[in-house]
Amino acid sequence: MMPLSPSRPPTLMRLLASAIAFVALSTPLAAQGPLRVPVTVDTLPNGLTLIIHQDPSVPVVTTNVWYHVGSGDEKLGRTGFAHLFEHLMFMGSKNAPYPQFDRLLEAAGANNNGSTNPDRTNYYESGPASALPLMLWLEADRLGWMLETMDGPKVDLQRDVVKNERRQSYENQPYGLAYENLVSAIYPKGHPYSWSTIGSMADLSAASLEDVKDFFRTYYTPNNASIVVAGAVNVDSVRALARQMFGEIPRGPAIERPRPAAFTLRDTTIVLEDRVQLPRVYLAWHTVPEFSADDAALDVAAYVLAGARNSRLTQALVFQRELATNASAFNSSKRLDGDFQVVATARPGIALDSLTRVIDAELRRLASEPPSARELEQAKNSIEASFLNGLEFVDAKADRLNAYYYATGTPDYFQQDLDRYRRVTAADVSRVIRQYLLTGRVTLSVVPQGRTNLAATPRVTQ
Amino acid sequence: MTRARLLILSALALPFVSVHAQQPAFDRTRPPALGAAPALTIPSVRASRLASGAALKVVEQRELPLVHITLQFAGGGRLDNDMPGLASFVATMVREGAGTRDANALQSELAYLGATLAANADWDNTSITLRVAKRNLDAALDLMADVVLRPTFAAADVRRQRDLRLAALLQQKDQPRTLATLTFNRALFPAGHPYRQSLGGDSASTAALDSAVVRAFHDGAYRPLRATFTVVGDIDEAEARSLLDRRFGTWAIRGAERRPAPVLVAATRSPARRVILVDKPGAAQSVIMIGAPGLERTTPDYAAIQVMNTILGGSFSSRLNSNLRETKGYTYGANSGFQWRPLPGAFVASSDVRTDVTDSSLVEFFREIRTLRDSLVSEGELARAKAFIALGIPGDFESTAQIAGQVTALALFNLPLTWLQEYVTAVNAVTAADVQRVARRYVPDDAATVIVVGDLAKVRAGIEALNLGPVTIVPVEELARP
Repeated sequence: MMPLSPSRPPTLMRLLASAIAFVALSTPLAAQGPLRVPVTVDTLPNGLTLIIHQDPSVPVVTTNVWYHVGSGDEKLGRTGFAHLFEHLMFMGSKNAPYPQFDRLLEAAGANNNGSTNPDRTNYYESGPASALPLMLWLEADRLGWMLETMDGPKVDLQRDVVKNERRQSYENQPYGLAYENLVSAIYPKGHPYSWSTIGSMADLSAASLEDVKDFFRTYYTPNNASIVVAGAVNVDSVRALARQMFGEIPRGPAIERPRPAAFTLRDTTIVLEDRVQLPRVYLAWHTVPEFSADDAALDVAAYVLAGARNSRLTQALVFQRELATNASAFNSSKRLDGDFQVVATARPGIALDSLTRVIDAELRRLASEPPSARELEQAKNSIEASFLNGLEFVDAKADRLNAYYYATGTPDYFQQDLDRYRRVTAADVSRVIRQYLLTGRVTLSVVPQGRTNLAATPRVTQ
Repeated sequence: MTRARLLILSALALPFVSVHAQQPAFDRTRPPALGAAPALTIPSVRASRLASGAALKVVEQRELPLVHITLQFAGGGRLDNDMPGLASFVATMVREGAGTRDANALQSELAYLGATLAANADWDNTSITLRVAKRNLDAALDLMADVVLRPTFAAADVRRQRDLRLAALLQQKDQPRTLATLTFNRALFPAGHPYRQSLGGDSASTAALDSAVVRAFHDGAYRPLRATFTVVGDIDEAEARSLLDRRFGTWAIRGAERRPAPVLVAATRSPARRVILVDKPGAAQSVIMIGAPGLERTTPDYAAIQVMNTILGGSFSSRLNSNLRETKGYTYGANSGFQWRPLPGAFVASSDVRTDVTDSSLVEFFREIRTLRDSLVSEGELARAKAFIALGIPGDFESTAQIAGQVTALALFNLPLTWLQEYVTAVNAVTAADVQRVARRYVPDDAATVIVVGDLAKVRAGIEALNLGPVTIVPVEELARP
């Protein structure tokens, strides 16, 4: 799972709603028969892809637009730009001048937001079915008629807002700067994933109105977007509406995508001092892109290592040896490349070397002895359960349809995605540990100010 | 790839042109008219009792082969009394081993079934929540019954979780927003008031936790006559009753019932505005909380207050967010809200702001508060806030968890789900005068308590120069003891 950067923070009301959604996580349906999320897929003459999923179970609709541009498309010296641009998309367009976008949607009882990650930027609205024409009109207006209203003051204002977001979510959070240090150590300089989506303060300061215009003309085009409309809708009316709203927006130029060169990660040790009470270690390895052959096996490996109360690292570090307060592992695969991270926080008085020794031992053990049948089955069932839970929500389904469409060309890829996990064997889990996690890695220690003696030291082996 | 392409071809073959021709002339310069909003359909709830006396509420929802069960015991943190954090700690401990299984075996079995079983305590309820595919419901309910009725509470497990909690409490020092909340609660609720304490406890109360304390709380609070099962999903009342009676029908009662200590003090209504500062050297931002005691959820002003708050800080277009974020660029977001609990909670307006505009942000907060108190909101703003609340309600019934959440949230105030219809009517009846009246009454200006957590070397002088009221400084060590 990628860190998302919603352009607007949750209000108290939204926090409440998301708390409810969180309780909903992990709905196991353990599918009987193939899982289908029926869709229609159209491509308008200007290249816009329109995906419609009818779900009449509740009278709500969602529109979910993906622009196939993310922080990975940024130029050096302009990190954070894709996300800054996302903020600007809410600043008004010719027929819906600022602040009409939010006001009109609220008056229709609808919510909206957007988020940016290294691969894509999404924008979504959710609300009563009666708001659908408004949602499509607003999305079309900012795709077709946004640039003529863009100006320097709008860029300056949202630049400030984004800098505040960086302060709030990264600089003022304990361990908040670990992520950007980690990715810049994993990926070589210039690699699209070597900087964080939020970007650096200096680069945010450097972004100009000209940059905004260039970026818009290059990436915010119908042929670089797909829109999912899902919920209590009539397919033919959505088609007609979408054609009416988006049809006259001209196609944009072909886009050149970043093509990062292959690389081999060598052992790298970094120590960061922070205003924290407890030291934390981040280990990271270079792995594979999402949906590539070993991607699912790496997800299963992450669960076997630290997905549950009884997973191996959690057991060893937190419950048996009582060296850590928590342990986590995740496979962070993206469109072009991937990395795998193990993170553990030390208990008071414990140095990070004690943690890395245990982690190394557990990795070697899993590399040589495959997980038991029961362990594997637990991992798969649990992954499947949390995967299926999203299907209760129309907006989550819509976002996933767009994600599958961009990654595989098939929006209704739910069953194939599940099948990837079902095919993973115990031997696969050991093999991916051997192949990817017993190699060069980044070791990042975040320690309390002045306590570098607690940091993990470079490995003797390797 | 292939399938998507094929669909594209067939879609293009559809007679789009004629569909297009039937549309009335399209004028892009105006927002499309909104059609009639869908009517609010409230799911029906069947209420009864199990053999043990526990209450049962069932909402049949056949959309997916899935069942969601929330078991709530009346009383969460309100039962902590002189052991802050006890209710939430017991909720952690019930999953650390039950029946014949230790925590690992329990976790393994649940995950194997694709079930999730969560336990937590808020102020007023302890909740055990099970979500599972219908076909695994029977097996998962056995585990849930163990967790609820037969938790192990082994001494070693209690000690281990206690140590983890102590470490988490230590980390509160690093979290500016947590420090602000702790300060706020200490300022608003006097000693002897339950909300002064933290739901997660403090280091002294946590150090005193052992298996006897945990078991006594469980015996006293996890009792059938305090229990309500809310069952939503692919199941009817008869089946739910039969499955639950089989496991929770006979329910041994041990020990004395746990009662909340009587609350003899009210929240502190400050006679004059006051400012409380917490130093966080090097902080990149200041956390601001401005508040006052709130009021009972049963107030006849509830709808007017919710509309008023939507305008002040309860939506993206709200005045606080429009001013502090969208006009001034001081913050990533500003908001406000009322805590609704059986005992009155608080009103809080809040934002994380750039260090060098901490004082200017306070000026804007109070400007917005005064404007709302001193003048009528426009009809457009009022209509927007009312629609945002009323038209959003159908979206709160999308999932089984949301439905269960609505049922239990209203039950806390003895309100049925059908109350939402009355609420929509009440929201639609709110006037600009109502908004001003409740703003003047419940949104504090002269009586506000202002908390700022930030780098005091940089922000203190500016705050003092505003002359908001007396300024005191609370040391971090007093809030989060090591």
